Amino acid sequence: MMIKINRVSKSYSKTPALKEISLEVSKGELFGLIGPDGAGKTTLIRILMTLLLPDSGEILVNGMDVVKEYKKIRQFTGYMPGRFSLYQDLTVEENLEFFASVFGTTIEENYELIADIYHQIEPFKKRRAGNLSGGMKQKLALSCSLIHQPRILFLDEPTTGVDAVSRQEFWEMLKNLQQKEITIFVSTPYMDEATLCDRVALIQNGQILDVDTPNAITSRFSSDLYRISAENIYKLILDLRKYNKAESVFAFGQFIHLTSTPDSTNAKELENYLQAMKHTNIKIKKIMPGIEDVFINLMK
Amino acid sequence: MEKIIEVKNLVKKFDSFTANDNLTFEVKKGEIFGFLGANGAGKTTTIRILCGLSAPTSGDVRVAGYDIYKEQEKVKQNIGYMSQKFSLYEDLTVSENIRFYGGIYGIKGEERKRKETALLKNLEMEHARNKLIGSLPLGWKQKLAFSVALLHDPKIIFLDEPTGGVDPITRRRFWDLIYETAANGTTVFVTTHYMDEAEYCDRISIMDAGKIEALDSPTNLKIQFGVKTINEVFVSIAR
Repeated sequence: MMIKINRVSKSYSKTPALKEISLEVSKGELFGLIGPDGAGKTTLIRILMTLLLPDSGEILVNGMDVVKEYKKIRQFTGYMPGRFSLYQDLTVEENLEFFASVFGTTIEENYELIADIYHQIEPFKKRRAGNLSGGMKQKLALSCSLIHQPRILFLDEPTTGVDAVSRQEFWEMLKNLQQKEITIFVSTPYMDEATLCDRVALIQNGQILDVDTPNAITSRFSSDLYRISAENIYKLILDLRKYNKAESVFAFGQFIHLTSTPDSTNAKELENYLQAMKHTNIKIKKIMPGIEDVFINLMK
Repeated sequence: MEKIIEVKNLVKKFDSFTANDNLTFEVKKGEIFGFLGANGAGKTTTIRILCGLSAPTSGDVRVAGYDIYKEQEKVKQNIGYMSQKFSLYEDLTVSENIRFYGGIYGIKGEERKRKETALLKNLEMEHARNKLIGSLPLGWKQKLAFSVALLHDPKIIFLDEPTGGVDPITRRRFWDLIYETAANGTTVFVTTHYMDEAEYCDRISIMDAGKIEALDSPTNLKIQFGVKTINEVFVSIAR
């Protein structure tokens, strides 16, 4: 077990941020902490990184206690915090050299580990970090977090605010790192990224809603789910919300997702209802849920 | 069909760097227009020009019927703006924020009171009138910020990544508000990194390296690129 979290709580003055969280992460896992702003992700990661003390509970990282053995833990953990926090007025190269020296190593010593990532920003190595684009900043931050060959990597919302292409590239880089037996603990508000993890924990308001592989989580979804589209999407949402068998109705891109108690209705009945409401070009399909469907369901 | 934004051959340079390279596009009244592109593509530069905050190097730009070069102040009075980063004042109450923004747009006295009551009723937030913004959940702040940006009934509202990091239900409730607003005839110009939100738009444009590389309805773009999602369209262009 690489990470063992046992009934950890943390409050900021009277505001509870984490409420008796328990989790385990195995060696070499790519583990996702999925949840929106304010769920407690950053608080948990800061505690795991030994930057913040929990109010109660116990955490072991690679068998060491985060409170008593924090110095040892910092030797083999890499960290990429939520906002870009490297030195804006140092160049790419200078930032990397700085972090290498802080950990008592050099860029050359562990170059192989970061090579794939660093290659992409190496042409800009004399540019100040503050002048890099969002995607390049990410790559630099990731390189700096790996420079000392950590055994575990903690990434706090590494893809927030970054465009879809850079997000995809970033996850490809993480998968490659996983091949090198690094345990990766990453938090994200993007539900679609959950499917890229081995296991995920869904977190909301300081509590874990569910923990498992993405497939196992979605298989526990207990309602029927219909994917619906029609010519006038806005009217479709309003009319579906009035449907008496509908549990929930939410927009999902070009489709509407409607949930209902199992076997309480069917596609034909829905189609009849919508035709009566004068909808055209109606398409209805019963589908399996994704992580976002599950999350929304668990939030209610 | 009335045009709320008319951009012709817009160029913006910073020294020798061309941030906007000959952009031409239009946005119609009541449209939900998605303005997409990777970070560094030039979106913020364009938005600042459209909001009257920055002058073009060359090209014609008209917003809400006014010329960007000669009538900048009229443009500002007829637009609303909201983003994740720029929102309401945390240490003022809901009511104080409304009074402040109302004041900036010249809405006073009885008219302001009426609008305040209507706004809070629509959001079902009457009970929060005297609460500090800082004490409200993120989802409420967002909806408030959006509504306050519409206080002066602008013809168009610019939304800069309004739903970043927010939970999936709140995100969708926010888009319900956007739909409602557009249905009432206000044009919505929105940037987002959520590709599913791109699907909610009537038309979207995708910028890459200072140019517009795609502009059409989500459906047409997917047909054009032979793919099933806007995410795939985006990746085809930006990679």
